[in-house]
Amino acid sequence: MITLNINGFEVEIKEGSTIYQAASSIGVKIPTLCHDERLKPHGSCRICVVEVEGARSLVASCSTPASNGMVVHTESESVITARREILDLMLANHPLDCLTCEKAGRCTLQDLCYQYDIEESSFDGKKKKYEKDTSNEFYYADQTKCILCGKCVYVCSQVQNTDAICFVDRGFETHVGTPFDLGLAKSTCVSCGNCVAACPVGALMPKRKEKFRYWEIDKVKTTCSYCGVGCQMELLVKDNKVVEVEPVKGHSNDGMLCVKGRFSYDFINHSSRLKKPMVRKNGVLEEVSWDEAYDVIANKITEVKESDGADAITGFSSARALTEENYLMTKLMRAVIGTNNIDHCARL
Amino acid sequence: MTNGIADIQKADALFVTGSNTTESHPVIGAQIKRAARNGAKLIVADPRKIPLAEEADIFLKIKPGTSIALHNAMMNVIINEGLQDDKYIRENTENYEELVESLKKYSLEYAAEITGVEAYLIREAAIMYASAEAASILYCMGITQHTNGTETVMSLSNLALITGNIGKVGTGVNPLRGQNNVQGACDMGALPNVYTGYQPVTNTGAREKFEQAWGVKLSDKIGLTVTETFKAIDEDRVKMLYICGENPMISDPDTHHAERALDKVFLVVQDLFLTETAELADVVLPAASFAEKDGTFVNTERRIQRVRKAVEAPGEAKPDWIIFMELMNRLGYEEHFNSAEEIFEEIRQLTPQYAGVTYERIKNKGIQWPCPTLDHPGTNVLHAGKPARGAGFLKPVEHLESLEIGEDKYPLVMTTGRMLYQYHTRTMTGKTEGINLIAPELYAEINPSLAQEKGITDGEVVKVTSRRGSVTMKAKVTDRVNKEVVFVPFHWDSGANVLTNGDELDKYCKIPGLKVTGVNIEKAD
Ligand code: SF4
Ligand code: SF4
Ligand code: SF4
Repeated sequence: MITLNINGFEVEIKEGSTIYQAASSIGVKIPTLCHDERLKPHGSCRICVVEVEGARSLVASCSTPASNGMVVHTESESVITARREILDLMLANHPLDCLTCEKAGRCTLQDLCYQYDIEESSFDGKKKKYEKDTSNEFYYADQTKCILCGKCVYVCSQVQNTDAICFVDRGFETHVGTPFDLGLAKSTCVSCGNCVAACPVGALMPKRKEKFRYWEIDKVKTTCSYCGVGCQMELLVKDNKVVEVEPVKGHSNDGMLCVKGRFSYDFINHSSRLKKPMVRKNGVLEEVSWDEAYDVIANKITEVKESDGADAITGFSSARALTEENYLMTKLMRAVIGTNNIDHCARL
Repeated sequence: MTNGIADIQKADALFVTGSNTTESHPVIGAQIKRAARNGAKLIVADPRKIPLAEEADIFLKIKPGTSIALHNAMMNVIINEGLQDDKYIRENTENYEELVESLKKYSLEYAAEITGVEAYLIREAAIMYASAEAASILYCMGITQHTNGTETVMSLSNLALITGNIGKVGTGVNPLRGQNNVQGACDMGALPNVYTGYQPVTNTGAREKFEQAWGVKLSDKIGLTVTETFKAIDEDRVKMLYICGENPMISDPDTHHAERALDKVFLVVQDLFLTETAELADVVLPAASFAEKDGTFVNTERRIQRVRKAVEAPGEAKPDWIIFMELMNRLGYEEHFNSAEEIFEEIRQLTPQYAGVTYERIKNKGIQWPCPTLDHPGTNVLHAGKPARGAGFLKPVEHLESLEIGEDKYPLVMTTGRMLYQYHTRTMTGKTEGINLIAPELYAEINPSLAQEKGITDGEVVKVTSRRGSVTMKAKVTDRVNKEVVFVPFHWDSGANVLTNGDELDKYCKIPGLKVTGVNIEKAD
C-alpha cells in the first residue's frame, strides 16, 4: 500500500494503481473521455490531466501510476486552463447541434463544456464532414461527431475482440471506420453495440424506433432473458415502453451485451402479444375471461384425475420463466395435481 | 459450470468443444477470445469451422458424434506421456486402473479413423491441455445432444480428473447453459425425478420434508421427461399437457410426431405469443414477459440474479407465477403470495443451496450457489479440495456409432445448431426487423465438393431428407463443414427438427440425438 494526497485528502491505495483510481477510491471525480478500465491505458484525450506537485508538466491521471507521498491537485487553475484548451480544440471540429443531437443529456463533451463554461470554440477552422454510416441494422456511425477518443476501436479489439473497426487515414482526415471504409454492414461487425455503449459523444448511436430524450426515461436494471450468460442490463423506459437497452457491468458480462440482449427487445411491446386468455370452441380459439379459462383447465384436471389418475397429466415448465415460477409450477404439478410429470427443455 | 465465467481469464489452456460460443453465448465467446489473445492456449473441437476456430491454437474438425473417441485418445496420450496428475488421482478419484485399461484401444490411429481428425493434432491437443497449469473445459449441446450425451460428458470429466483440472481456479468442466434460466429451472426441480436442490423424489426423507412443507401426500414415482411425454400421449397414457413458455413444435425432434401428439392431447399453453405450439392448444393463457415482472434468473455459472419489472404487461397478461397461484386456488389448494420475493423465501427454506440468498443480498450483484448461510459469500469453484461424492469416480466409456449413421440412403450427417442473430424458436428475436433482415430464412451449409458432386450452387434450393421427412431450404456452399456433414440451424418452423430423431434417447438423461441425423441432400425440383 502507498499513501498520497489528493486535493488535501490522504489516500491509501494498492501499489500500481493510477492517480485516477486513487482519486475514484475517495470519490474525487476526474473527467475522462477515453478512459475505460477494461482497456489498456492509451491516454488519447488528455482531459483527465492533473497537477502533481514537483512534476514538470501536467500528467494524464488515467495512465500515471500513483506513488508514495505524491501531492495531487485535480481542479487547480492550471488543470482547468488545460482542460478548457482541450475542449476548445475539440469543439473547433465538432458540430454544435446539441438541440437535435440524440446523445444530448448523456454526452460527456456536452457535460464538460457546461462544467468548464465553453460555449463555442475560439478557433475558426475547417470542420470535418462525413456521411453517416447507417448500413448496420441496429446502430449508426456519425464520424462528423467523433472526437477520436479511440474507445470504440479498443473496445472492439480488446473487449469484444472482433476487430471490426479501426482508425482510417491520417492527420485531419483521421476517422474511425472499417477496413477499406467498406461500411459497417460489409465488415466483420457482429452488432453487439459494445462500441456504441462506450462512445462518449453522439458519434455511435443506437437506431431509434421512436424519439425520446435521455432525461425523459426511467432506467431499470435487470438480467437479459435470452441465453445463459446472464448479462446485466438496463432497460430504458418511456411511457410504459422499453425504448433502448444498455449494458451494465455485471459479474458475467464485463459490461458487454450481444446483439440479442442489446437490440432485440421489440417483442416486449409487439402488437401480436397475447392479451386475453383463449379457449377452443367449435375448433377455433376464442377470447374468454380468466375465470372461464381457469374453470376449463380446473375441470379438465379433475376429470382426467378421476378417469386416468394424476399421472395422465404432464407439465412442461420453462427455462425462460423466473426461478420462482418454475418452483410454483412444480408445486402445482406435485402438490396440487399429484404427479412428478414435470420437466422443461433443458435437453433441447 | 463448476467454475465461474471470470475464471476463463485465469486459465492457461481452454478446451472448447461442442460449443459455437461466439454465436450461442456471445459474451462468453468474447471473453474466451480475450483470454486467448492474452496468452491462454485455445483448443477448439467442432464439426464446423466456427468463428472461434480462427482464434484457436489447435482446431479439431471432428465428425459429429465422435467426441468420446477423441477424449479417450487424448487421455491415452496423456497417460502414455506421463502427464497425468498422479497425486490428484490417488487422493481424489476411484477406478483409475480400469479407466487406463479401457483407454488402451484408443490409439491415435484408431481415434483419427473415427473422428476424422489427424492423429498428430489429437496428440498435440492432449499435450497442450495436460501441460497447462490450469486448464478449463467449456462445452455445450454439441457434447450433450447425442444419444450417448451423458457418457460424452463423463469422458470429459475423466479427462479433467486425471489431469487434476477440477476444483481449482481456472479449471473445471463447464457446461454453457443455452437458455437464460435452465439452471434455475433445474435447481427448482422442474425435472421428473427431483425436488428443488436436486433432492430425489424417491428419497423418503426428501419426500417427507416436502410433504410437510406443502401439506399433502406426494408421489414417489419418477415422472415423464419432455421427450418421453410424446410417446406417452401416443400410447394414451397422458391425456392432458400443460406447457408454460416452451415451443416444442420447433425445438423438439421429429416435428411430425410432436404435432400428432400435441393435436391429440388436451393442451394448455401459456406464452407471450400464439406460438406454433399454442396454435394447437385447447386453452391459451397470456403471460407477462421478463420486462413486466420481478424475480430471479440463475445463469450458467449458478449465479442468482435479479429480474425487475420495467413496464406493465399488455392487456390482461399476467406473470406465470400469478397464473399458477390462481389455478392452485381454483383447485382448492390455498396459496397466497404477494410477490415473487415471498416465493423465493419459501424456496430458501426448502433448498439448502439457496438458503443464504435473499433479494436484499442480491440487490446489486448476484450470488453463486451453493450459498448455505446468510453470511456465506457464495461459491465460485465447485469441488474445491475433494470432488463431491461420486464425482471422482472414473467411469470408462466407449465410443458408439450413432444408429443414424451408416445407411446408404442417408450417407450424410446433419448437425443442428444456433446462429448469432436468432434465438431458439424465434418467438422473441423474430419480432425484430433488423434481425430478420440479417437472418431471414432456413439454410443448409454444405461443402463445395459435395455441392459440385450434386450440381448444387450457392443459394440454390435443396431438399434435405431423413428417415422422418424432407425439408427444402437454401444451400450455403462453404468449407466451414466437411464433405460428409450438413449443418442446419434449428430456429425455423418446418425446419431442421422435421428431420431429427425423437425416438433414440440417451439412456441416462433422455436427451435426443439432435446433433447426428442421417440425411441425404438433392437439388429441389
Ligand atoms: S458493434 Fe461490436 S463488433 Fe461491431 S464495431 Fe462495435 S464493438 Fe465491434
Ligand atoms: S466514435 Fe466515439 S468512441 Fe469512437 S473514437 Fe469517435 S468519439 Fe471515440
Ligand atoms: S446479451 Fe447476449 S450473451 Fe448476454 S445474456 Fe443476453 S443473449 Fe446472452
